[in-house]
Amino acid sequence: MWMTELPPFVPFIIAALLAMITRGQLRNLILLATPILGGLHLWLDVPPGIVTTFSIMDFELQLMRTDRLSLLFGYLFHITAFFAAIFALHVRDTTQTVSGLLYTGSTLGAVFAGDLITLFIFWELMAISSVFLIWASHTERAIRAGMRYLIIQVSSGLLLLAGALLHYNQTGSLAFDFIGLQGISGWLIFLAFGIKCAFPLLHNWLTDAYPEATPTGAVFLSAFTTKVAVYALARGFPGTELLIYIGAVMTCFPIFYAVIENDLRRVLAYSLINQLGFMVCGIGIGTALALNGTVAHAFSHVIYKALLFMSMGAVLYRAGTIKGSDLGGLYKSMPKTATLCIIGACSISAFPLFSGFVSKSMIMAAMIQEGYDYLWLVLLFASAGVLHHAGIKIPYFAFFAKDSGIRTQEAPLNMLIGMSIAAALCIFIGSQPQYLYALLPWEVDYWPYDTTHVLSQLQLLLFSALAFVWMYKQGLHPPELHAVNIDVEWLYRKLLPNAAIKIQNMSQQIGSGITYAAKASLKDVAKIMGDTHIARLHLATSWPTGSMVFWIAVILGFFLLADAIH
Amino acid sequence: MTEPEKKQYLFDKPRNVSLLLRSLYAICALLFILDFFLHRHVVHEWDSITGFFAIFGFIAYVTIVLLAKQLRKIVKRKEDYYDVDD
Repeated sequence: MWMTELPPFVPFIIAALLAMITRGQLRNLILLATPILGGLHLWLDVPPGIVTTFSIMDFELQLMRTDRLSLLFGYLFHITAFFAAIFALHVRDTTQTVSGLLYTGSTLGAVFAGDLITLFIFWELMAISSVFLIWASHTERAIRAGMRYLIIQVSSGLLLLAGALLHYNQTGSLAFDFIGLQGISGWLIFLAFGIKCAFPLLHNWLTDAYPEATPTGAVFLSAFTTKVAVYALARGFPGTELLIYIGAVMTCFPIFYAVIENDLRRVLAYSLINQLGFMVCGIGIGTALALNGTVAHAFSHVIYKALLFMSMGAVLYRAGTIKGSDLGGLYKSMPKTATLCIIGACSISAFPLFSGFVSKSMIMAAMIQEGYDYLWLVLLFASAGVLHHAGIKIPYFAFFAKDSGIRTQEAPLNMLIGMSIAAALCIFIGSQPQYLYALLPWEVDYWPYDTTHVLSQLQLLLFSALAFVWMYKQGLHPPELHAVNIDVEWLYRKLLPNAAIKIQNMSQQIGSGITYAAKASLKDVAKIMGDTHIARLHLATSWPTGSMVFWIAVILGFFLLADAIH
Repeated sequence: MTEPEKKQYLFDKPRNVSLLLRSLYAICALLFILDFFLHRHVVHEWDSITGFFAIFGFIAYVTIVLLAKQLRKIVKRKEDYYDVDD
């Protein structure tokens, strides 16, 4: 019976410890068995309503609290950890293996956290364990990007801690339930979640760091951190109207960056923000349909986004580059990867029969139900944008377009298996959505497949594709170029460092100026002194410290004597 | 690498490319025509317009690409922009 109350993060922490001391087949077995056994255990043995507490210094931490919401995210993260582990099975790098397991474990810890302090602990553990997946690239760029990532992630945790303590002060409770935007504590926690959820202006850590991670590390990263933030927002701030507007901005601004970005994994990172935008909108609407839509979209999104990151990881692994300008024609050497990538692209674009279609439409339907007509149009606009950067650009510029002349091998077998599982799930969820719907936290009667919906979605997508063909043929499509596009990060990567260097230079100049002036005037004084008659006397010459002490003693002795005589 | 390739791949043949494009055009035409025959239940007054989603998709796509090109003029920098100090 105690097994039911075993927090789901525990097996992954144990597996991480075992992975440190094992090698080869045994370690691979641990890597694969942990998510399978953990996931099956969660699925078969753990019902909603379990609470596991742990006492530390008179304080009770809720290490595990299950309900339909946390359980669904739990299943999702186990599935993802499983196919991501297969995808990474060829990696012989203990750092990556261990941090992948720890990161999965801390993600599960955060999802099942019943109080804000437990959430904080795992929130920070996620940051610390995941940064090694970026650093493992061992490039100067990755190390710097990882450092920026770590600073921002840890700051998010500190905001969460501050908010949690204030919240405790105000309400006397640390339970992680509905929080709402009340008082400073609510806002602090909101901001902490917002950083991890890549709210506009707080988003840049994601597009900065994820593309620098290792091909396999990026798969884990794309799946976990931001979705824990979505989960946390769905639990703490459902129905917060501000989120609808934040979400709408998130769906739109990244699509423009994605169109002109050359690094295809960075395109996926911008696209990730766009997808989070749909979920954030759903949380903001806060009705049962909208929240179900958010959770369902998170579920299908994690899988197709991981699939896309895996396919681009495979390209990077085989071709050695992921720049759109240098790639092209790879379907000739990697046809299987290309096919799997196209399945991911269809899913994210929400083609009927693929997973994005059955989940995104719930959020759209909820939006129109609640009367947000113009924002519904915005999301529709963003959907056309998704088709551009994720549906067409990613597969087209990597695998087709102009033949870059790169001839390489198909991705390794383990990568193909990992991608195939994700691709199969995309199609299964898309064509048999009733199984996912049955797991959703709220009772909702929704079915995506009817004539109207299928027809309108196909029209939207295929006429967008038609626009691509037309613009591409006319030469109106922006070419892939070797360039970077500045974003908010410009503030802290360029403006602030430059300002700091300028201030330092200026203060150095001012400092040396003062020293120079002071030295010059002292020299003058010394010169004047030297010219006087006093200079010739014994006491005016330079003295060692010892003799100074001696003379002070003499003077003091003299005063003492004078005092005694009195 | 410099060895001339013998093998012809799927899209090396212009015939296959134009076949793909023509099927896209045909499907698009079909979808537009279907709008006249199939009854879409209207979720909003806007989409009572025939071909609303098709027109919207096309225009949205073109708008996105054209706006992105303008954005590029503002934000584009050299590839080593962040690696070198001014």
